[in-house]
Amino acid sequence: MSVLQFSREELVDVYRTMRTIRRFEERVMEEMATGDIPGNTHLYAGQEASAVGVCLQLRDDDYISSTHRGHGHSIAKGVDIDSMMAELFGRASGTCGGKGGSMHIADLRKGMLGANGIVAAGAPITCGAALSAKLLGTGQVAVAFAGDGAMNEGVMSESFNLAKIWMLPIIFVIEDNGFGEATANAFVSAGSFTRRAESYDIPTIEVDGTDVFSVYAAAGEAVERARAGGGPTMLHVHVPRYYGHYSGDPDTYRTPEEKAAMRRERDCLSNFRQRVKEVSLVETAELDAVDEQVEAAIGRAVSAARAAPFPPTSALTTDVYVKYL
Amino acid sequence: MAQKSFRQALNEALHFEMGRDPRVIMMGEDLTGGAGANGVKDAWGGPFGVTRGLLDAFGPERIRDTPISEAAFIGAAAGAALTGLRPIAEIMFVDFAGVCLDQIMNQAAKFRYMFGGRAKTPLVIRATYGAGSRSGSQHTQALYPIFTHIPGLKVVIPSTPYDAKGLLLQAIRDDDPVIFLEHKMLYDTVGDVPDGAYTIPFGEARVARDGKDVLIIAIGRMVQVAEEAARKLASEGISAAIIDPRTTSPLDEDTLLDFTETIGRVVIVDEANPRCSVATDISALLADKCFDALKAPIKLVTAPHAPVPYAPNLEDAYIPSADAVVKAATSIVKR
Repeated sequence: MSVLQFSREELVDVYRTMRTIRRFEERVMEEMATGDIPGNTHLYAGQEASAVGVCLQLRDDDYISSTHRGHGHSIAKGVDIDSMMAELFGRASGTCGGKGGSMHIADLRKGMLGANGIVAAGAPITCGAALSAKLLGTGQVAVAFAGDGAMNEGVMSESFNLAKIWMLPIIFVIEDNGFGEATANAFVSAGSFTRRAESYDIPTIEVDGTDVFSVYAAAGEAVERARAGGGPTMLHVHVPRYYGHYSGDPDTYRTPEEKAAMRRERDCLSNFRQRVKEVSLVETAELDAVDEQVEAAIGRAVSAARAAPFPPTSALTTDVYVKYL
Repeated sequence: MAQKSFRQALNEALHFEMGRDPRVIMMGEDLTGGAGANGVKDAWGGPFGVTRGLLDAFGPERIRDTPISEAAFIGAAAGAALTGLRPIAEIMFVDFAGVCLDQIMNQAAKFRYMFGGRAKTPLVIRATYGAGSRSGSQHTQALYPIFTHIPGLKVVIPSTPYDAKGLLLQAIRDDDPVIFLEHKMLYDTVGDVPDGAYTIPFGEARVARDGKDVLIIAIGRMVQVAEEAARKLASEGISAAIIDPRTTSPLDEDTLLDFTETIGRVVIVDEANPRCSVATDISALLADKCFDALKAPIKLVTAPHAPVPYAPNLEDAYIPSADAVVKAATSIVKR
């Protein structure tokens, strides 16, 4: 995929979204340290090009499902960062009214079917969304994001099977950051992920997840197949994970040198800057300006979240059912 | 009114609602059995014959025989419910819910709440339950307490053909996830069932029998056992009322409390295991809210705290009997 296929404005937008995810994550880490964001979060930083490259190929009404590491996918699908930040702070103005939190952000208006606290659980749910699209004839596609850890859950294989026999318009995006929580993938995964999918006759594409253009190209092929009735595709996307498994993870299973090298050599934002610089399409100053705008937007989101009220205690028992009796 | 079997009543409800609402689809193992293979269609009509004829009427897009993979298709049904369809998914035996419990208790049951009320999950999960078929421990459990425990799920346990049809139509039209449990030993029971469509609201218990000396609260197939017990008690001059809650979530507390207030003596009959069960739950409710009206301790007649056995004599002994209900009732009436 050539950079030149994008307009200048599109390139700036791609960068803005990746940068927004990055700063959102960094800021969440900072705010976690203040103790004002409850619980824990699982940060996506380092993997931005995957979410953005895939979601760039999607329509507004297409579906995605996410993992416990869901902020990046939500932002890439267009979920409002103000409401996301408020959700992380547990406020009534949050995406889910403060009842979901980091691991359960969902916004059906944006086709975002939910982050998920259960590894691999989004895969069958997304098959269902793809089935809806197929039976209702809407032309929508559905993307199930999952990590390398999810690949060892049985429900993942069951979902591959279901997606193929029903020829569902679905793309499984396996974001392989090399670790399932703290355990290296190499310790716990037999064989290869692409061969697993291929054994279900599902086409696969392996892609460098630090290069948004490669991801975009791979996702384009998969989305086109899905919309044309060609059934599922699996993308195996190799990405770095900048932080530990969760915000409180000291990440002692990787050496400081390893982590520094990862940030130095596998950064999707630097990669992007390098690529656009090579073709002289976007001025560095313009990208720097985006950085400033993003910084301000995240700052506003945090201020608004801090100022927002918590949900009323009466919300404790609402929304359990649509209508109880 | 026409006499129909429990199975036929369910089949009518499915036919009616699928014809009325194109968003209703069904999925499950062997829903038709052999669909598409060697030209054979609808060979089984479902493992228990409940879904017969649906394939012909609505086609394979809406009547989907699934692979044996409950986690995938129950999850897909949940996802489809979230995105515009109204799926009915069938778990052949509720015992198999173990392999897809995540999709039921962590996903479908939680969508609405976790998403801040901005989601509907119009999903019906039908499953068979219950002992009596000599099928051993993994095909005969009465697991409704597990589902009743989980907020977000509605749990329906019909005891008559009439209720089966009306409650199933209600379940399909309900915008929340519903666990609809069918006792295998009830499929051939026959009763009055109107031809047309009708719904029975959730959370409204049925007064199966009026009486004044003792109140028997019975769930699902246990209503039959309670009725047999009531006839025996009548021959001994004891008048028993029977209440069938019909849904354990929501639970019709008002009717249970009213009858307990009036009668003051209660026997609860429940085929499920006794610990953390619907029987203990109702018992605690009555003890909490009607203590002064109680003239005797509340008696529970349940299965033992054991898996369902295989040997016929043991399985028969496992299932609460009318005699056990009579004994429990007599013990508190004559107290």
